[in-house]
Amino acid sequence: MIDILDQYGLLLLMGQYPYGPLGGLALTLFIAVAGLVISFPLAVLVGVARTSPFRGFRVFAGVIVNAVRGLPVLLLIFWAYFIVPLVIGHSISGITTVICALVLYELAFMGEVVRAGIEAIPKGQVEAARGIGMTYGQTMRKVVLPQAIVNMTPSILNQFINLIKNTSLGYIISVNELTYAAYQVNAQLLTKPFEVYLILAATYFLICWSLSLAIGKLEKSINARRHSVPRSA
Amino acid sequence: MITFRDVQKYYGEYKALDGITETISRGEVVVVCGPSGSGKSTLIRTVNRLEPISGGTIAVDGQDVHAPKVNVNELRSRIGFVFQSFNLFPHLSVLQNVAIGPTTVSRLSAQQARERSLVLLEKVGLDNKADAFPPQLSGGQQQRVAIARALAMEPPVMLFDEPTSALDPEMVGEVLNVMKQLANDGMTMVCVTHEMGFAREVADRILFMDAGAILERATPDEFFNNPQHPRARKFVSDIRHA
Repeated sequence: MIDILDQYGLLLLMGQYPYGPLGGLALTLFIAVAGLVISFPLAVLVGVARTSPFRGFRVFAGVIVNAVRGLPVLLLIFWAYFIVPLVIGHSISGITTVICALVLYELAFMGEVVRAGIEAIPKGQVEAARGIGMTYGQTMRKVVLPQAIVNMTPSILNQFINLIKNTSLGYIISVNELTYAAYQVNAQLLTKPFEVYLILAATYFLICWSLSLAIGKLEKSINARRHSVPRSA
Repeated sequence: MITFRDVQKYYGEYKALDGITETISRGEVVVVCGPSGSGKSTLIRTVNRLEPISGGTIAVDGQDVHAPKVNVNELRSRIGFVFQSFNLFPHLSVLQNVAIGPTTVSRLSAQQARERSLVLLEKVGLDNKADAFPPQLSGGQQQRVAIARALAMEPPVMLFDEPTSALDPEMVGEVLNVMKQLANDGMTMVCVTHEMGFAREVADRILFMDAGAILERATPDEFFNNPQHPRARKFVSDIRHA
């Protein structure tokens, strides 16, 4: 196993970079982070639309969320792969395709996280804000979302773990992320599938597991802040 | 200042307000009391449209509050509201809690809002807590901040919805003192409260409600010594024996 890492470690870590395109684990993380960064603001919009007082927004966002949630991610990748080029008139790279699909997938799931976060803010907060004359938009921006987003950071990071694992689906359209890189290594070695895929599994596990640990700590510190002991007069 | 005309409010079949007609004048301090579920809180919440009404009209300064075209945000900025549960914004400092209205609604500069907020915090005796966060304060302190937050919009009228009911007994006094001071400054105030000592001392008038209707309107002296309506008589005798 050491010899595999010795020979192919760098390939698994970052593909042919800097002599060729970025790949391997580095590309996996790049796709996941890009997916998170792009889908987060969209998810906030979805979450706000889902709780909007305007029925039109609620229905529109609800249709998107339910449609996306009812489809496998793989299907979204196929769609992005075949349909996006048709719509925009020119072909796009595999990486862009995967990012598009994952953003669509995540904005539905994270949108639900945001919705839950908004709905968990006590009604009194909204009444207090509206009571001093703030508009619906100001109330959302200054009172509800700042609290909701802090509270839902652990759930969002959980979605990030999902995102990291789902990047492996890029394999299906030959995006050279970690899984595809491992597949190529296996194809060259031919005789050591167990070792190669064990390395692959260990890598995903280590990243996701350490993220879970970090989320656990973060949750604790958020809870501690929320229940800070009132100081008496 | 505030005029209720035949105000009706239903929750489904349940009648929460049953034809309220009443006028509250400028500078008046009115205490609304009555048993739980009598509609006191509902009544006060209809004044700034936190609750919609089912019939009748409410006018504040001659403006019909529940008219469909009224700018509800502008209207609410002129009506201070203090909640039973304080509802301070926990992610903002005490100073930011007070300043958020002036900066976002009145469009004051940060500097002006800060100055106004510090003056108000001094008034409620909490200028030394300006940089603290609400969860670090006691209930009484939080409620005083909430009063300062409402005052920051410089409203001509203040509504209090059971402002001391969620407080430990030893903190009730500090909040009532702030309210007394406001009353002495000539603020128009409508207070839903069970604090009969406050009512006796500060109120110009007491409205006694039961089953969604105002059954008795009286000065504190008349109300406590010689209530007319049988329900009011029972209420007064019950609280005396409590």
